[in-house]
Amino acid sequence: MKISGSKALMEALLNEGVDTIFGYPGGSIIPVFDALYDYMDKFHYVLTRHEQGATHAAQGYARIKGKPGVCIVTSGPGATNTITGIADAMLDSTPLVVITGQVNDTMLGTDAFQETDLIGITLPISKWSYQIRDPKEIAFAVAKAFYIAGSGRPGPVVLDITKNAQSEHVDFTPAKCDFIRSYLPNRSIDQYAVTKAAELINSAKKPMALVGHGVTIGEAEQELMAFLDKADIPAAWTIMGESAMPTDYRLNKGMVGMHGNIAPNIKTNECDVLIAIGMRFADRVTGDLKRYAPNAKVIHFEIDPAEINKNVKCEVALLGNVKNTLPAVTSLIKQNNHKDWIDSFAQYQAKENDNVISKELNPKPDEPLKMGEVVRAISNATEGNAILVTDVGQNQMAALRYFQFKQKRSVVTSGGAGTMGFGIPAAIGAKIAAPVRTVCLFCGDGGFQMTMQELGTIIQEKTGVKIILLNNNYLGMVRQQQELFFSKRYSSTPMLNPDFCAVAKAYGIATSHVTQRDELSSAINDMLKDDNPYLLVVEIDENGLVLPMVPPGKGNDEIIV
Amino acid sequence: MEKKLYTVTVFSENIPGLLNQITIVFTRRQINIETLSVSPSAIKGIHKFTITAYTDEDTIKNVVKQIDKRIDILKAYYNTDDELIYQEIALYKIETGKVLAMGGIETIIRKYDARVLEVLENCIVLEKTGLYEETQNMFNELQQSIGVLQFIRSGRVAITKDKKERLSDMLKKIQEYRSKGVDV
Repeated sequence: MKISGSKALMEALLNEGVDTIFGYPGGSIIPVFDALYDYMDKFHYVLTRHEQGATHAAQGYARIKGKPGVCIVTSGPGATNTITGIADAMLDSTPLVVITGQVNDTMLGTDAFQETDLIGITLPISKWSYQIRDPKEIAFAVAKAFYIAGSGRPGPVVLDITKNAQSEHVDFTPAKCDFIRSYLPNRSIDQYAVTKAAELINSAKKPMALVGHGVTIGEAEQELMAFLDKADIPAAWTIMGESAMPTDYRLNKGMVGMHGNIAPNIKTNECDVLIAIGMRFADRVTGDLKRYAPNAKVIHFEIDPAEINKNVKCEVALLGNVKNTLPAVTSLIKQNNHKDWIDSFAQYQAKENDNVISKELNPKPDEPLKMGEVVRAISNATEGNAILVTDVGQNQMAALRYFQFKQKRSVVTSGGAGTMGFGIPAAIGAKIAAPVRTVCLFCGDGGFQMTMQELGTIIQEKTGVKIILLNNNYLGMVRQQQELFFSKRYSSTPMLNPDFCAVAKAYGIATSHVTQRDELSSAINDMLKDDNPYLLVVEIDENGLVLPMVPPGKGNDEIIV
Repeated sequence: MEKKLYTVTVFSENIPGLLNQITIVFTRRQINIETLSVSPSAIKGIHKFTITAYTDEDTIKNVVKQIDKRIDILKAYYNTDDELIYQEIALYKIETGKVLAMGGIETIIRKYDARVLEVLENCIVLEKTGLYEETQNMFNELQQSIGVLQFIRSGRVAITKDKKERLSDMLKKIQEYRSKGVDV
């Protein structure tokens, strides 16, 4: 029996196990939304207030659920509004299937109303882009899109579907894709590299591991800790790798990079073997490459061959999913003990405690509220079981530094792209993916206002996200760099803000406003008393800095406190 | 690092937008493409791109890996000139009247091992295949003696000095590995 391309699309999405769709309708995608109307019992459809919000929500969903997030939007501006989300998902290896409407195939290239060359725009920022111009292509294109998005190093794919392909009829049989001859993500393990890696690890006196997003994506948390435990290797995480190890795990030595902890940053430059696990040596992690890990031989566990030797040259490359490569190496390494080396982290941890952390968590009574103490109070109140979502900037770094985790796959943050405005929609997606968990979003006054229209999505969906707005009436991270590196010339960073609580009230969202330290704990209790959405506005120190900090372009050993 | 001329060879599926996918990798790093030639390969349905660019070895390694990473690219690799046999083809249009009046064209044709493609009332078209310097030298000489009305040179075509086309090996290997449940 022949069905419309739009209905075929619905069936193809069901065939891929899609249960949630984020989107926004428009002229060139109306036939698909018309078909969706008959599938409302099969999909949870979420109408966001902007297409960018749809992509970030799909990212939040994908990161927590571990499967592709799906968006459906219209052509032209609807499609171009997804660009930030697609680029963000590309940099953070987030599986996304973005379906965009397109004008009729006969009108392609004519500058028709709401026509944009979306394939051309998204080629450099997506894992794969494909234009469907005939409903016959829907079955295989959708199957291929989901296979590409979710396999290997995950990423965003774009399906641009012309309006005629949505309306015309087709004999539809769902397709399955598990092989593309030009794309080979499933690698056999290189036994020679495994042996070499094990030899290096066994001979190391000061080994150190860096844990990235690949561990969470590969669901290799147990394999990671089995590896670290056996060889007794201290490990630090990139912001994308947080929550792969519980905060209190004995070998978890904290965060590396620009706003990371002192000990692992200093120790990166002292270690003799550096074991990178599912991470890509981003500049925010390495600082000045010429000064990075000068004493270390590098072992790189990585699924994407293009990351090998891109930024940091390695001695041994272990290509493949860390879920497979880690146990292969673990079986060959000897039980070891690096007590003296591990203990040597303590002096730097003490230094950071004295100079930074204690001041941030236990400030003097007359000092304004600090970001760190707010984050830790909420982390404690949720007993380390919440999902942390962040926006971007100081709020993000404070949240990642001071939130604590017991459960894996608990962080959603914009790492590679650093997308302000990511927070609110990503938190919506995360909460929809894990409705039973508490989702705490930390954002600043800047990022909040970039996507605050999504409060509308929150009330329409009754999404119980807890939004903590750390307000300093500044674009804080830029302000921080202006203070430290641009002679305190606060160009374009002070902000005149609205009454945020009044904004929440306008949407019917419960809210409270904390200006004093003694108001904080009762406000947190009020926020966490039920599963409804909440906006907690906390006025924080406008002079607050996120420290320590490796100045941009400097070496990790030049970290300032 | 030392900059030199690298030849990048890319095998891809034959679908629209492929050239764009390849060139954006060069564009991102602001690498100028010196020559480019595209044609169907010996294997049906697979296209072959031959691209030359001046850069250093670290960069070309990353460029090739980033091209290879694109979903519809089957294989990308790079070579230096010493690993390749390569040619370019050039066409020269000269004025018939001048050729007849001045004479001496057969000396140039013999010297450069060129051939006459077409003789028309108003123009003569010569063809020469060879290395860049050779086609350029012939252009210079013609330009000085008779004058060249039009000149066009193709991108490089190249073949490795290895015995086999590496792609056919790769495709065979993929089939073998498929039966073992992995891709490579």
